[in-house]
Amino acid sequence: MRRPTRDTATSQRRITRRGLIVGAAQAAVLGALLFRMRHLQVEQADEFRLLADENRINLQLLAPARGRIFDREGRIIAENVPSYRITVTREQAGDVDEVLARLARLVRLDPGELEKARRELRELRGDTPVTVADRADWEAIARVAVNAPALPGVTPEVGLSRRYPMAEVYAHTIGYVGAVSARDIERLDAPEALLRLPRFQIGKIGLEAQHEELLRGSAGTRRVEVNATGRIMRELDRQEGRPGADIQVTLDNALQSYTHARLAGESGAAVMVDCDSGDIVVCASSPSYDPNLFVRGISSVDYRALLEDPLRPLPNKAVQGIYPPGSTFKMVTALAALDAGLIDFNETVYCPGHKEVSGRRFHCWKRGGHGNVDLHASLRDSCDVYYYELALRAGIERISAMAERLGVGVQFDLPMTSVARGLAPSREWKLANRDQPWVVGDSVNAAIGQGFVLASPLQLAVMTARLATSRSVMPRLIRTIDGVEQPSGHGEPLGLNENHLREIRRAMFAVSNSNRGTAFRSRIAEDRLRLAGKTGTSQVRNISTGERATGVISNQNLPREQRDHALFVSYAPFDAPRYAVAVVVEHGGGGSTVAAPIARDITLQALYGGDPPLEAYPEADRPRIRTQQEDLRRLMARPDQNPSDRA
Amino acid sequence: MSYLEYTVKSVPSGPRKILYLNWPLALLLATVASAGFLMLYSVAGGVLSTWAEPQMKRFALGFAAMLAVAMVPIWFWRNMSLLAYLVSLALLVAVALVGVEGKGAQRWIDLGFMRLQPSEMVKITTVMVLAAYYDWLPVSRVSRPVWVLMPVALILTPVAMVLRQPDLGTSILLIVGGGAMMFLAGVHWAYFATVIALGLAAIYAVFASRGTDWQLLENYQFRRIDTFLNPEMDPLGAGYHITQSKIALGSGGWTGRGFMQGTQSRLNFLPEKHTDFIFVTLAEEFGFVGALSLLGLYALILVFSIAMALNNRDRFSALLTLGIAVTFFLFFAVNMAMVTGLMPVVGVPLPLVSYGGSAMLVLMLGFGLVQSAHVHKPR
Repeated sequence: MRRPTRDTATSQRRITRRGLIVGAAQAAVLGALLFRMRHLQVEQADEFRLLADENRINLQLLAPARGRIFDREGRIIAENVPSYRITVTREQAGDVDEVLARLARLVRLDPGELEKARRELRELRGDTPVTVADRADWEAIARVAVNAPALPGVTPEVGLSRRYPMAEVYAHTIGYVGAVSARDIERLDAPEALLRLPRFQIGKIGLEAQHEELLRGSAGTRRVEVNATGRIMRELDRQEGRPGADIQVTLDNALQSYTHARLAGESGAAVMVDCDSGDIVVCASSPSYDPNLFVRGISSVDYRALLEDPLRPLPNKAVQGIYPPGSTFKMVTALAALDAGLIDFNETVYCPGHKEVSGRRFHCWKRGGHGNVDLHASLRDSCDVYYYELALRAGIERISAMAERLGVGVQFDLPMTSVARGLAPSREWKLANRDQPWVVGDSVNAAIGQGFVLASPLQLAVMTARLATSRSVMPRLIRTIDGVEQPSGHGEPLGLNENHLREIRRAMFAVSNSNRGTAFRSRIAEDRLRLAGKTGTSQVRNISTGERATGVISNQNLPREQRDHALFVSYAPFDAPRYAVAVVVEHGGGGSTVAAPIARDITLQALYGGDPPLEAYPEADRPRIRTQQEDLRRLMARPDQNPSDRA
Repeated sequence: MSYLEYTVKSVPSGPRKILYLNWPLALLLATVASAGFLMLYSVAGGVLSTWAEPQMKRFALGFAAMLAVAMVPIWFWRNMSLLAYLVSLALLVAVALVGVEGKGAQRWIDLGFMRLQPSEMVKITTVMVLAAYYDWLPVSRVSRPVWVLMPVALILTPVAMVLRQPDLGTSILLIVGGGAMMFLAGVHWAYFATVIALGLAAIYAVFASRGTDWQLLENYQFRRIDTFLNPEMDPLGAGYHITQSKIALGSGGWTGRGFMQGTQSRLNFLPEKHTDFIFVTLAEEFGFVGALSLLGLYALILVFSIAMALNNRDRFSALLTLGIAVTFFLFFAVNMAMVTGLMPVVGVPLPLVSYGGSAMLVLMLGFGLVQSAHVHKPR
């Protein structure tokens, strides 16, 4: 295969030429690649670095531990306990149904909860973890953790859940927390990201809701590096959140529990205020319910039972319930008249058993009348006619002003749900709200705490504390927040004539300690701890003229819902007041028979710091008190499972 | 000059041939391969045995094969060209019948000790047969239509076979590489102008065929084209590869994130991180400087190869060397263009760096031929 040399030389030249052309083309391509890489790696580097970090870094919220709630002695009322749950994230799971099926083979899933989870997985954003098993046990969590590779997007989580160890005792004051609902989020202008965490709990009612911000704390964050399937590879850094503030309330666990047990079976409320600091030592409403039920999400059956219970366990009757204060309001009327100089406390008024006012007859509770009564006797015997007379002299404006000075018709700023304002009525109020002019009969009714006058048990307790101390005692529920003492409710002097107040107190002492007093049977026998009080019976129904003619039907013969409310306010010890108490028993009948013994018992418990010796009670009562103490001790021994007060 | 025109005596013989090897080229190849070992070690998360170690063994085998091929006189390889070409065609037929499916394409024959990819082999054997053809063909006939159709048939036969697999990357390499061979051999430029014009028309036809009965490309290939045109369209689906690839590349910056610090590849955001996309890992961890260095090494290999070809008066040797250089160039240029988003993802490995046996072995054999041409060149 010989070829002429010329030929090959031509070929060689051509190869060289074309080889150089190809080389140049290659160089051009290399240049283009270089340019492209410079563009990506130098010019757009920052942008891509950001994208790479977005890829790999996940910002996760760390739920802060909710602040705990303690009683005034530091005993736990609301605590956080670990709770295990299993969540699924749609984006990471891929085939959700397959993953759930595998999960169901490993752990027992509640069908209802599973259905809810499926719905949430469909509806919520793909990166939101959805809880498929709440309150899982530790074994289930371990099983999920071991099988993690087969369960993409499934995360076992340890969280904290709220628990109320005292169950019913604080349901009304402290309230409860529950899972954030769509409505909660809508209500807020700028809901924190924290609230979108699965099953995050926020305060729904009571102190838990009122001080939600304080108790919640702030979320921490952690940045984690995730791989392409979303599994966490490592934690890059972590910024701890701030746990919620621990709150110490002024309530006393022993007293509160005692009161709760003492009110068992009744529908009513009791409030005890410390006369020195305004601390609300007891704030009980009966019957109650177990707040732990709500934390878990109450079943509709349980909830309906609570709603339909005739004794109404849900509202907090101690601050939310407003009642005509009845005769417990008479101190207000008396002080209003005294303060205006319209009556002297030696002056007597004749009580024939009734009084005619502008053509209408107003009756005294004692049909035969009290005869001549002065201020002292009028309070001790609770004569109504005396106060009808004062109403005519003083007028509603003076009475209402005095009521507000003493705390009735005033909205206290307390961290509880629906703290009621009550009502100290006025002419303007009636015109605005009832579209009717004020008539003198309204003043007459108001003078004995009937008609339009309304007060909550809390207000009555504050009123009593103010009467007892001459100071404008302010109720307070929060003792410390994160160890910081909150302002005391000691209060400034009321600026009332001390002689008038002393006379009122003397009369209240007589109510409980004179053998003619309406609450004599519920006195304290121990001399240095004597109780001063006032009974009240507020009428729920109208008594017709016809009935009055034939004889008023006694409470025992009436259906429950028509019976009178029984009220009692008191403070003790008489010489150096420490505790003021108000007790309301709905439809309880007479204040002296039902409410006064409760107030006396709570007061003695407070003064003795536990069960008082039987000597503190009147001799005749001692055997009965002994069995009552034993019964209550039994009732309180199992605060967690106390069926008697459940709805 | 043809090999018969220089005396065999001027060619080194026996073990002395070793001294006549182009050692700088061999060193360059080893350097590039070492960069590959480093990256494979890195993407395995600092584990040698996953990818780096098998790759090292393959390179050692490939290096030995290169030396062995280099020792055999180039004229023997010229005589073997047609046979090698036919054998690789036969293997392509075999892979269509008994091949193993991999990643949606039928590419391998499992030989037990290795997976043979005939589509890799055919890249070199086509170059060989074309070089031999133009060595045999008198220069005066090179541009005659009949003698132009012959090499076109030689190129399109394997192209038709690999397209059936389907393997778009190899098809492109064969067509462009073969075309370059014809250009180098001196075929009249008018042919190329015509083919490029027809090619553009064909591209238009391909797009026009979409969704019709006579659709010319597979759906997945169409999707890749769509993705190329607009990768942001579907960043989690079809465009995922290229989007993640660009993120990784770009986040490297000037100097990179550091060895074993490339988050995109280590955390599996990067697909095919040890094979087709290994360049991205390198660029992420060593930045623009690293990418530039590798590009420089590749360019040096090209420069050495072209210089060797131009200094070789033997027509077969010169054409073969240039053809292999062009094939090598196409490998890395297509791969880099692909991972930087200049080109659709067609599945071409980064030569000597990507994990994979067939490509490595075939390329080393190719460079063995280049070395043999160098050792046995007319002096």
